[in-house]
Formats: sequence, C-alpha cells, structure tokens
Amino acid sequence: MSQTTSDLLQFDTKGIYCRQADVYIDPWRSVDKAIITHGHSDHARSGSKSYICSKQSVPILRHRLGSQINVRGVKYGETFSVNGVTFSLHPAGHIIGSAQVRVEYKGEIWVASGDYKTQDDGISTAFTPVKCHGFITESTFGLPIYNWKPLADTIQDINEWWSQCKDDNRPAIITAYSLGKAQSLLHNIDRSIGPIYGHGAINKMNTVLIEAGLFDVQTLDVDLEKKDYGGCLIVTPGSGLNSKWADNFKSASTASASGWMALRGARRRRSVDRGFVLSDHADWKGLNSAIKATGASKVIVTHGYQELFSKWLNTQGYEALTQKTQYEGEVLEAVN
Amino acid sequence: MKHFANLFRQLDSTTKTSLKVNALEQYFRTATPQDALWVIALFSSKRPRRTVSTTILREWAAELSEIPLWLFEESYHIAGDLAETIALVLPPAQTTNEKSLSTIISDLNALRNADDEVKKAAVLETWQSLDSDQRFLFNKLITGGFRVGVSKKLLARGLAKALDKSETEIAHRLMGDWTPDTVTYQDLLLSDDFDDSLSKPYPFYLAYAVDGDVEELGSLDDWMVEYKWDGIRGQLIKRQGEVFVWSRGEELINASFPEFQKLTEYLGDDYVIDGEIVVHREGKLGSFKDLQSRLGRKKVSAKRLKELPASIIVYDLLEYRGKDIRNLPQSVRRQHLEALVKEVNSDLIALSQVINAGSWSDLKEIREGARAIDAEGLMLKRSDAPYQVGRRKGGWWKWKLDPYTIDAVMLYAQRGHGRRTNLYTDYTFAVWNADGKLVTFAKAYSGLTDAEFREVTQFVKANTIEAFGPVRSVKPELVFEIAFEGISKSSRHKSGIALRFPRILRWRRDKKAAEANRLEDLEALLE
Repeated sequence: MSQTTSDLLQFDTKGIYCRQADVYIDPWRSVDKAIITHGHSDHARSGSKSYICSKQSVPILRHRLGSQINVRGVKYGETFSVNGVTFSLHPAGHIIGSAQVRVEYKGEIWVASGDYKTQDDGISTAFTPVKCHGFITESTFGLPIYNWKPLADTIQDINEWWSQCKDDNRPAIITAYSLGKAQSLLHNIDRSIGPIYGHGAINKMNTVLIEAGLFDVQTLDVDLEKKDYGGCLIVTPGSGLNSKWADNFKSASTASASGWMALRGARRRRSVDRGFVLSDHADWKGLNSAIKATGASKVIVTHGYQELFSKWLNTQGYEALTQKTQYEGEVLEAVN
Repeated sequence: MKHFANLFRQLDSTTKTSLKVNALEQYFRTATPQDALWVIALFSSKRPRRTVSTTILREWAAELSEIPLWLFEESYHIAGDLAETIALVLPPAQTTNEKSLSTIISDLNALRNADDEVKKAAVLETWQSLDSDQRFLFNKLITGGFRVGVSKKLLARGLAKALDKSETEIAHRLMGDWTPDTVTYQDLLLSDDFDDSLSKPYPFYLAYAVDGDVEELGSLDDWMVEYKWDGIRGQLIKRQGEVFVWSRGEELINASFPEFQKLTEYLGDDYVIDGEIVVHREGKLGSFKDLQSRLGRKKVSAKRLKELPASIIVYDLLEYRGKDIRNLPQSVRRQHLEALVKEVNSDLIALSQVINAGSWSDLKEIREGARAIDAEGLMLKRSDAPYQVGRRKGGWWKWKLDPYTIDAVMLYAQRGHGRRTNLYTDYTFAVWNADGKLVTFAKAYSGLTDAEFREVTQFVKANTIEAFGPVRSVKPELVFEIAFEGISKSSRHKSGIALRFPRILRWRRDKKAAEANRLEDLEALLE
C-alpha cells in the first residue's frame, strides 16, 4: 500500500484513476468520466457525468442508474483514445457485459479486471486473458480452499435437487443475484424439469436483458392467488427468501448458490436446506491461471483476501501489493 | 466409505430432523453390522485411536497441494476445521476407493506403530483415491471430533426405526463404556435380555420467566419459593436397585456422573427425582465451566472426580415407591420428597431449601442476595399445582437476577443469518488491557433493533479494516453494553476469561472507545 507501482493507474479516494486521461475506472464517487467494468452496484454507481462500458452493459446501466445517464457502449476489443491514452474493453466472464479495462500509454499496459471468472458459463462472454505489464485483480476467493467443481457438475447437483423436490411435490427455492447468478443459473439448468418462477427483481432484470437481445430465458411471475407451486423452481434474491413473499411457498426446499457455500461452516450457518457452490468469481486456480496468462510482473490485489493472496503472489515471483477499494466481491445474500 | 459418505451428505444437507432420521434409518437398514457399529460409535463421540499427529498431517497436505505451510495455516484459520481444510486444498482424486468404512478404520489402526514414511505413503495414497466428502470424513477419522448435527437422541431415533425398537431402549443400550473393539453390533443392539422400562424418564416440566411485577402472582402464601441453582437440570432414577441419570435433553448421563451409582448402596428405591446437578470445588459450588468439564466424556478421570465431585440439589419427586405422583399438589410432593431425602440420607442428594419470606418485598431483597450464594435467582412454584409436561405457564416461574454488564468495543463484525443475512449482526468485543491494547473477550449477537443493526451495518461497511469472507475487522469506535450471566477463567481465550450467555444489552452511543471497560474490571468479577 505504500509504494506506487504505476503512474498510469492510481487508487485515490474516488476510485481507480488514470491521471493522464482524467478518467476513473469503477469510481465509487461522482466523477466526470467513468469507465465501468460491469453493472453490479459496487462497480457501477450513479452520479457521474459520463460513462463508458461494454455495449452489452449499456442496457444494464440504463436500467440501474437511470435512462437519462450519458453512456457510450464500446465493443469488446475496440480501442478508443482519451487524451492520448488508449483504452479497450475485454471480456471478464463475470456477468453479461462484464469487461476488463486495458489501458495503454507510451508502451506501458495495465489491465483493471473488475470482477472475473475463468469458467465459461455460456452467457457472460468468456474471460480472455490480456497481455499486460500490470494487472489489477480481485481476490474474493483467493485462498487454496476455494476450488470450484466443473460448472456442469454443480448444475447437475442442482438439477437433481430440483427433480427430487418435484418427486416430493415441493417447490424448490434457490437464491441468486438478480443480475449475473440468476442468468447463469437459468441458462444452464435443465429447464425441462418444470416451470420456473422468478422474484419480481429477477423477472425485471431478465426482461431488460431479453429486450436487449442478451438473454433468452424469461421466468414466470408469481401469482399470489395460485396456491400450489409443487415441483416448480423459484429463483429469488436472498432478500426475497426472508420476506413475506416467500410465505407463498410453504413446504419448499430452500437452496443458496454461492462460492461461500464451499465451506461447511458457511453452509450450516445459512438457514437453507442446500448450499450449491456456484460463483461468478474466479476460484483459486482461476485467479492464479488468469494472472499467469497476462504475463504481468506487477499485480495489485483488491477486494477479498488481499493480504494473503498478495503475499502468495510475492512468493511466486510477482511484484504484488494490495489496494483498498469499496468493491465487495461476492456478498452472501445481499439485496440486489 | 462411499455408503458412509452418502449418509453424511444427506445428514449435512438438511436442517430438518425428520429427513435426518430417515437418512439414518435407511443407512442402518442397509449397512453391514461392522460399518453400522462404527457409525454409531463415531456419532457417539467414540473415535478410533489417533495414528497420525495433526501437525504432520498439515505438512503432508501442504506438500501434496504445493502450497507453503503458512498459506495452509491461514486457510485453516479461515475454514476453521482441519479435516475440511485438508479436503479442500488437495488436488482432485486420481483413482476411486471401494473400501468400506470399517476396513478403512482397521487399515488406519494397523498403521499405529509404523514409521512416518509408511504412514505418509498410506495416507497420501488414500487421499488421492477419495472425493472431497470422503476425504473430509477420512480426515475426521484421524483428527476426531465428528460433529454432523446428529445428537444422540437423533441417532437413537434413527436406529429405533431401523430396528423397530423403542427409542428409550436404544438410548439405554447405547449408554456405557463400549467401543467397536469390545462389543458386536448384535450384542449392543439386538440381544434379547434387555428391559428398558427401568430407565425411562418422565418429560421435564419447564418454567417461564417472570415478566412484569412479581406481585401480580397474587398472595405469596400460595407459592413455594426456592433458589434457582446454576447447574444441569437432571432426573435421577432409582428403580429395582439400578440408578439412571438423565439430562433435560433426555440423554443418559450416567457416564458423566458415575458417583450417583453409589446410591445403589443407600436406602430408598423406586423413585424418580427432579433436580439440579452441581459440582463442588474445594468445598464450594463449582462454576458452570467446572460442571461442563464433567460433561460429554465417555469416562471421567479419577482426578477430576476427586477435584470436582458432583451432587444433586433436589426439588421435586415424580415417582415415589414405584408410583407416578406427578398429579399430586406441589406441597404434597414436597412432603414426600423430604421424607425420601431423609430416608436415603446421602451427601449425593441435597434438599433444595424452601425460602420463607414474610412479603414480596422481603423476597425481592432475598433475591438480590442470591448471587452471593452462587444462585441465579429464585424459583416460584404454586403450592397446589401438579407436575406438568413441557413448558407451561402457571405452575412454575423462574425469577432470575439481573445480569452482569460491561461496556466493550466492537472489533469484528459478521453477517447474520435468517432474515438478517444482509446485516452485520454478530460482533466480537474487546476491552482494554493494562498495556492499553484491546483484547477480545466475547462474541455476542441479538439485543439490538433492526434499525440499529442497519446503522451498525453502515458503520461496518464504511470502516472495514480487512475482510475475511463474511467477517470484517472494523475501526475500534463503537461501544456496546454487554450483559452476561457468569464469568470464569479460561486458558482458551486471549483475555483469559470466558463469559456465560454474553449478549448485547444496548448501544452506548454516549461513550467513546477509550471509555470502555478494562480487562481488570472483568477480572474483578471473577471474585
């Protein structure tokens, strides 16, 4: 935290700042010009004068920050220049539209990756490594205890759980972020098992994405008059599970889908029946392979197990240090 | 091992008692007797003897995972469980393993006297043949301490269903000092010469706390008043010369309190007594921690038995000379109890003293003095009431003392659960030590309103120093008043003390961190 590794990108009280271009990446306060990695609320905040993000993120930002915002969408890989600094966005695989920001000035290249995952979920354009000198990485799951099974295996577990609920004529309720987790779940799950209902927040998000041509699974609205949801899958943000709304699904089996579910203690502390290890963040192997693939020698570690992960990177020959930010990583059951 | 891992997955993936019982029933219906016997043993805290030290196990796991030992240790710190940490960091399995649970255990036992290199080769080979759940269980066989959310009661219920026997019979059969090496499944569970009616306890009657003014209970003349002791509620049964002690959780605790077996040598028989089990240290009542040190052990050492002898303070009689007398009025049961205690005439049984006060206000004064004699407060029992089943209003009231309180600084915050998942509701608190540093001494939750939790959550988010998964360390700024019921010395806590039932009483917005209490204030309460 003491030394400055880069003149190109600095961390100040508002966000990740490129002084040369006078541009912020994912600022947490209002700025003139912001480049946004993805639409989650800890990265995309309202109040800035202008925004640049991936083309896919534009409808998401308009939905979340207001249709009046001044936003410009760029294609993955397309370069644009601000005050002589060259920028481009590259897929981060985290959620639909998520991007890493490549910044190049006078031959020095940095990449701010926002949040990312290396497993391809089929709808968030797959992560592509970008060669750079310096890489800014998250570390939400930056410990060797976090290793995800192949996505297909976890999805298979969820399918089996849902099928079992169907056999028992019980509703199956699963919690997922309305933006990101909900879509990767809906895209991959076996939709032939039964009807899928969504909490209002999720249905609204799906509609936005479907209208933009970015997604194709619409979830049904819960009808409060309908009494029997046996065999149905209901997808809700964590907050929905704790609200009166959930009273519609008595006898339901409940599940939580999160990377934190890898730990038995975390599973047991949840008051849900099942915990599935499903994350939109890179696991230990993913973080390490992604960093290696950039060829970077300098790494700045942000949100997560920053101290431990940067200490580990230092033993692996990187020049790593930590920076404090206001990004949150994967929050268990947060309201979206 | 696969069969056992499957059972474990089922037990671990539900919070519903009925599903757990079903899973146990299905397992016991299909398992081999050898495997079933080991599962019963493991779930009753009887583990195989240790063959490998945990220190060396960590080194092997770090080596096989190609991570430095410090990173393994940090990961262990976060995961909180050694067996799980090892299972999670190891690379995926290379082969599969078809061995049964009992074979894996006997293979482990065979390693006991082998050199470390032989042990290492065997453990590493096994690790590489097991999936993550199986590895976790295998590691638990080595490190011990199976906690899978299966109480003895649940285990007994599952077995009872599988074997079509009564739950109390199973609970009784499982008691005692057996190990899978000294008994067969057949002898333990299926032998014919077994009669459980002798041991059967009655459901406990549970009191509500007095809320509001105690004088609303009417005339003091209608009430029998006793001290409320801080022990373990227990039912002491002696029938046909045999003695059984049950806890309120309906677990047989004969093994934890073997001294009560001496009652077979005293007069009196065919009685069931309700009372509070306490221990003594140097002639005085021991702390609750002393009492806990007697619990959950299959065998209490001779040293501990001598150092912390137990007795029972008795306050009710449910069965007298073989007859259920629960429907007799409290005052009549008390007369029989007094007669019985006189007849038995043993130091193991002490009669709970009846307090005679002239008025409610006299009684309030007596209650204030309860702590001086190590009581928690008073019990009020209606003289004409029967002994009821479960928690019911009317007959018995507990009238506890106000708790101790201390002002402490919040150092860590953790997300809550249930409907409070998006709030930080579990806090770790610290007080100042002599060097002017904050030392943590208690973790507490509850006691704040939802609005206050939201406000504290805002503070936590804005003042996080470091995040460890769901836990955050925060700037030491907020002061809370912590209430607790008891305090004792503890070598396991950094502060050197352990609190009983700590909880948040209120947020002291009027106090700054520097004004929080000091460790010496807590130590002074140790008396």
